[in-house]
Amino acid sequence: MHALWRLAAVGAAAICGIVSAAGIEDGEKRSGFDFMTPETQALQADEMSNPGMLWVLQGEQLWQQAEGRADVACAGCHDDASQTMRGVAARYPAFDAATGRPIDLAGRINSCRAERQQAEPLAPESDALLALTAYVAHQSRGMPITPGTDARLAPFRDNGRRLFQSRIGQLQLSCASCHDDNWGKRLGGSVIPQAHPTGYPLYRLEWQTVGSLQRRLRNCMIGVRAEPFAFGAPELVDLELHLTERASGLLVETPAVRP
Amino acid sequence: MAYLALMGLQLAASPVAGGGTGSYVVTGDAIMAPLVGGKGDPARGAALISDRQRSLCTLCHSGPFPDSHLHGTLAPDLTGVGARLSEGQIRLRVVDMKRLAPNTIMPSYYRVAEEQGRRVATVWRGKPILTGADIEDIVAYLTTLKG
Repeated sequence: MHALWRLAAVGAAAICGIVSAAGIEDGEKRSGFDFMTPETQALQADEMSNPGMLWVLQGEQLWQQAEGRADVACAGCHDDASQTMRGVAARYPAFDAATGRPIDLAGRINSCRAERQQAEPLAPESDALLALTAYVAHQSRGMPITPGTDARLAPFRDNGRRLFQSRIGQLQLSCASCHDDNWGKRLGGSVIPQAHPTGYPLYRLEWQTVGSLQRRLRNCMIGVRAEPFAFGAPELVDLELHLTERASGLLVETPAVRP
Repeated sequence: MAYLALMGLQLAASPVAGGGTGSYVVTGDAIMAPLVGGKGDPARGAALISDRQRSLCTLCHSGPFPDSHLHGTLAPDLTGVGARLSEGQIRLRVVDMKRLAPNTIMPSYYRVAEEQGRRVATVWRGKPILTGADIEDIVAYLTTLKG
């Protein structure tokens, strides 16, 4: 009986090995930055020309601005973001005890608004929410993505991995179909990157504005002719959890620039 | 048995739904008979192949089509496909490549995506990607690509 179990365990390990081999090898892990033209890379690298910095600067102002019935600013509790927010974005999404599930950075900003500032939530993709999120994430620029180790995140991360590998939409494609199995090849005129969320919120030339990871995920879902998850949907946060684990070790670039 | 019943349902439902798919017979790795009556129009097929919104072909395939800088590299080049494959073989590959290669990324153009957990967007639900007539036009064009 014991021998049987051992055999089963070996079998399971072999299958897991095969599954993980289908992902991206550590030595091959590359930011979307590496797939861009030198011109777009230069646009991101130079803070004076990076258009995403306008949102970061707006976020810096909002950080100081008293809000809500509590009439308190982010800085009122968190003080100097360059000290207190350094490294925070690199380990998000985090487990939120209040809701019993993971929360992303924009979600945390809105929950802080509701609870501490007693202010209305900022709308998804609003300039104010993108600006504050970009400002906070910018404080981790250059730091390695280090996924949260809280064991309570595990089932949600697993769900994110399942979603990443599920074929959806009329075209019956999964995220993995392109970003695990075919990165580096071209879809139409564009190189398929590995889908590492290293620089969100980021300035997308196609959008002519800054947008969130959730906006990008919804774009891909619409591309495969699926019904996209709503902004703020738990599935999108679960997907982000899986993506940050996949991207572990890559450096935070916020605000990134992408084509 | 359940499979047969399902097939029967699909066949019975398609003429009523209008946008659904009809039946076809697979022989080896080919569908010998056209999906709809009448011959495909190669000129229409050529235009449809390059339609990046409707057929999506050139997002993955390159070939002797306009705007080569916008062709994908995810799938085989279609230059000379009419010499490599018969009309019936091309037809099955457009209709349902997954039948030949279950893990392919090529969508099954004439199969209605099962909805269970697939989140197919409302406007596409219950419809194949292309109609039988569209596919016949594409097949008619691809068979002319002899090299």
